[in-house]
Parts: sequence; structure tokens; C-alpha cells
Amino acid sequence: MESATGQPPSPDQSEPRLRAVDLKKSFGNKVVLDGLSFSVAAGESLVIVGPSGTGKSVLLKHLIGLVRPDSGKVFVAGEDLWALSNVERNRVRKKFGMSFQEGALFDSMSVFDNIAFPLRRSGRPASEVRSRVKECLEIVHLPNVEDKRPSELSGGMRRRVGFARAIAHEPEILLFDEPNTGLDPIMTDIIDEVIMELREKMTPTIVTITHHMESARKIGDRIALLYGGKILYDAPPDEFLRSSDPAVRQFVEGNAKGPLTVESQVAEGA
Amino acid sequence: MTRLLEAIGRVVLRVFEEVGTFFSMLGRVAFWAVRPPYDIPELARQMVRVGFDSIPVVLVTTLFTGMVLALQTFNGFARFHAENLVGSVVALSLTRELSPVLTALMVTGRVGSAMAAELGTMRVTEQIDALTALGTEPVQYLMVPRVTASLLMMPLLVIMGDAVGIYGGYFVAVQLLGANPVAYLDNSFQYLHVSDDVVSGIIKAAVFGLIFSLIACVRGYMTTGGAEGVGRATTRAVVAGSLTVLVVDFFLTKLLY
Repeated sequence: MESATGQPPSPDQSEPRLRAVDLKKSFGNKVVLDGLSFSVAAGESLVIVGPSGTGKSVLLKHLIGLVRPDSGKVFVAGEDLWALSNVERNRVRKKFGMSFQEGALFDSMSVFDNIAFPLRRSGRPASEVRSRVKECLEIVHLPNVEDKRPSELSGGMRRRVGFARAIAHEPEILLFDEPNTGLDPIMTDIIDEVIMELREKMTPTIVTITHHMESARKIGDRIALLYGGKILYDAPPDEFLRSSDPAVRQFVEGNAKGPLTVESQVAEGA
Repeated sequence: MTRLLEAIGRVVLRVFEEVGTFFSMLGRVAFWAVRPPYDIPELARQMVRVGFDSIPVVLVTTLFTGMVLALQTFNGFARFHAENLVGSVVALSLTRELSPVLTALMVTGRVGSAMAAELGTMRVTEQIDALTALGTEPVQYLMVPRVTASLLMMPLLVIMGDAVGIYGGYFVAVQLLGANPVAYLDNSFQYLHVSDDVVSGIIKAAVFGLIFSLIACVRGYMTTGGAEGVGRATTRAVVAGSLTVLVVDFFLTKLLY
């Protein structure tokens, strides 16, 4: 495998947009990522599934440099994230849009200012910011909440505002951490539709974490099963769903018994 | 015996770790402070929070300190007929020592705790991660305005505290204890050197502002463990901030004399 360490951004189309190489990460004694490698091509949509507590969110945070791996590398369009300076890493992060599990909205700001945040930071004129915020709120079916504070919104609404903030500046790479967990079935489908529309319009590279197999099938070009700090299985949706691999079967069919054991069932209610 | 040594070792290591973290974060804040974009509106907001909003607390603290100082020294000095020196004792103690230190302690409790709680909550609710994910440096966006505002506003608060405290002393001496107003004021400013006494207090104030705000921001920024963690961070910010102010005060006084 070629090493791109320290190279300037390469226009090389063959280089995957995101590439993780032999990532290892432990918190105390708990090994979360155990030599994990994968890549996502430009414009591709990868869905990561796996039981709760297997480190899916941690993996997503590695891809954008929020968590530094103990060893291994993350390449974003060929640039080694941890070989860059702080300032350079922030430049690379501007290519991303990320939605967090609980929304992670800035609670000192209104909904409008939250969504406007990435737009203003990229220096867009006020009129454009206004219309884009409105547009993003319409996309997630939340009109007329601009002036509300995040604390006035329900959990599901916060999540959708977080989603709107992630897509506002039309980033090249989107990371969605359980974008539809805790939403009603209709809203879940709407978010899936939004992701599919985004793909048609802007062909971003997307990595999504979800528990909904139906969503995974709709929005993913590939589905990867994360377990024990490694990718156990990685295949296009149809192949994934038809797979006879016992771990995949257990997850797809939702069996309590099988090779997968859920380590922290208390953590999430999905 | 070994257990005692181990415990001492742990404390020493911890102190070194904290000091190391403080200076490394100080370096990061300085690095990001000089880089664009400069968020002037946020700086102004923080200056209001640290400075303007602290005025009542600082007023009451220094006014009563000046008053009690005059009361105590007057009674004491009367025993050897040195009442005429009360004015300068009050003025010198306030400008050199009491106004900067007490203001710093009060503002640490009022503003430092709020900073730690705010940043701590942002940390545990992933808001700091969200900032980073949007390509915004949290040190620049959150810490630089808070630390700069504290560094700038503390000297102003202390200048105000000096004036109010001296007035408090004057009020007690002249109105309650019957000192001669002209002689008292004369004596207050006779030995007070602006370039030396007042300025040393102002330098202290700026350093204290830097210390308490940075400690509070770092404690908040490094919070782990949910709501309980935020509580812990807030307590530690106030305790560590206050103690550091007192310790640094001694060395600064030594240095500035």
C-alpha cells in the first residue's frame, strides 16, 4: 500500500476519500479498535452497523480527527490527518459535515445561529446564510424553529437540527452518527430520503452509523459490520443481507443468541 | 513508610502534571490568540461578563475591606498615638495587596466557576467535538476570548476597587471616628506612589486574571464523566484558581518589591 505521509493534497482520483489503516485504540483496559482498516471511495456511501458499545461512534470520531488513534493512520483524500499541523487539520475538517448522536447543538445559540455557524465561518454573505438556513430546515421538515433555543426542542428535533447543521455548508464528506435513532418511522424514512437526495445532488462521500437495517439497505453502497474492534464483514447491501455468515445473520435477524454478544446493552436504547 | 512516600510522590507528580498542563495550554492560547479570525463580538461579550457584571461584587468587597481596615488600624494605632498614619496604611494595603487579591478571589468564584461549568457542559454534550468537527479550534473560539477578557478586565476592576476601598477607609475614619478629613487624605496619598504601589497591584491583577481564567477554562475543557464531572471540574477550577492566586501573590510581591 502506498504511503501518502506528509504529501500535499493529491488530486489522484484512485486515492480513496477516506482511508483508515490498522487503527488501534484502547480506553484503559478496554480495546475498542483492534487493527481496523477500511476505505471509502469518493462519492461512496458506507454504512457501519454493529451491536451497541462496539465503538462505532469512536470509529467515526477517528475519521475526522476528534480522537487520536493509539496507532494506525487516517487518510483524508490522501492526507495523513495526524501528520498535519493543528491549523492544517482544521482546514481538512472543513471538508466534513458531521451529525452527532444527541445533536450536539450549541446551546448558547438559537437554532438559526447553529445552522448558520459553518456557513458564517466559511465567509458566506448574510443573505445567502439566511436562505440556506431556511432551506436546510425545510429539508429536515422543521420550518419556523429558527428563533428557538436548542433547549426548547425535543430530542428528535435536536437531532434533525444537528443533521441540518451537518449538511448546511455542503461538505464533501458526511459523517452521520445514528441520524435516525429515536425518530418515528416516518421521520426515519424522511432522513433516509434526504440522504439519498444529497447523494444525487452533490455525490458526497458518506459514512453512516445506524441500527436500522432498512435504512442501511437504502442509503448504503456497502454495509460493514463492526465487532470486536474489527470489520467482520463488508459487502454491498444485497450481498450483506443475504450473507450466510453467522455473525451477519444474527445481526440482520436480531437474534439474542449467536457469535455476537452485546457488551453494554444499557448504553443505548436502539 | 513506603505508602507515605508513594502518596507524597503521587501529589508531587500531580502538581507537576497540573503545572505542565497549565503552561502547555497557555502556549496554545497564546498561539491561537494572535491568529485570525479575531472574534471581537465574543471578546466584548466576555468582557461584559468578567468586568461589568462583576462590578457590584467587587464594589461591596473592596468598600467593606477599606472600611474594616480603617476601623482596625485606627483602634490599634490609637494605642501609640499613630492615628495620623491610618490613611496611608489603608491606601498602601489596598492598592498593593488587598484589592488585587480579594478581587481575584471573588471573580474566581463568580466567573471562574461559570467558565468551568460552561466549557465542561459543552465538553460532555459533545459541543466541543462539534466545534472541532466544523473546523473551528475550540481553544481559539472558547478560551482565547475568556482569557483575554479576564486579563484586560481584572486591572480595571482593581483600579475601581482601589478607589472604592480608599473611600471606604476615608468614610469610616472621618465620619465615624472623627479624623480630620484634610489630614487623612493628605496622609493617604503622601506615601502612595502610583508608579510603584498602584502599578504593582495592577500587574498582579492582570496575572491573576490570566491564572484564574486559564485554570477554569482548562478544567472545563478537560471535563470527563457527565454531570458529575462538570460539578467536579467547577469545584476544582475555583479551588485550584484561588489557591494558585494566593501562592503566586507571594512570589509576585517578592518580585515586584
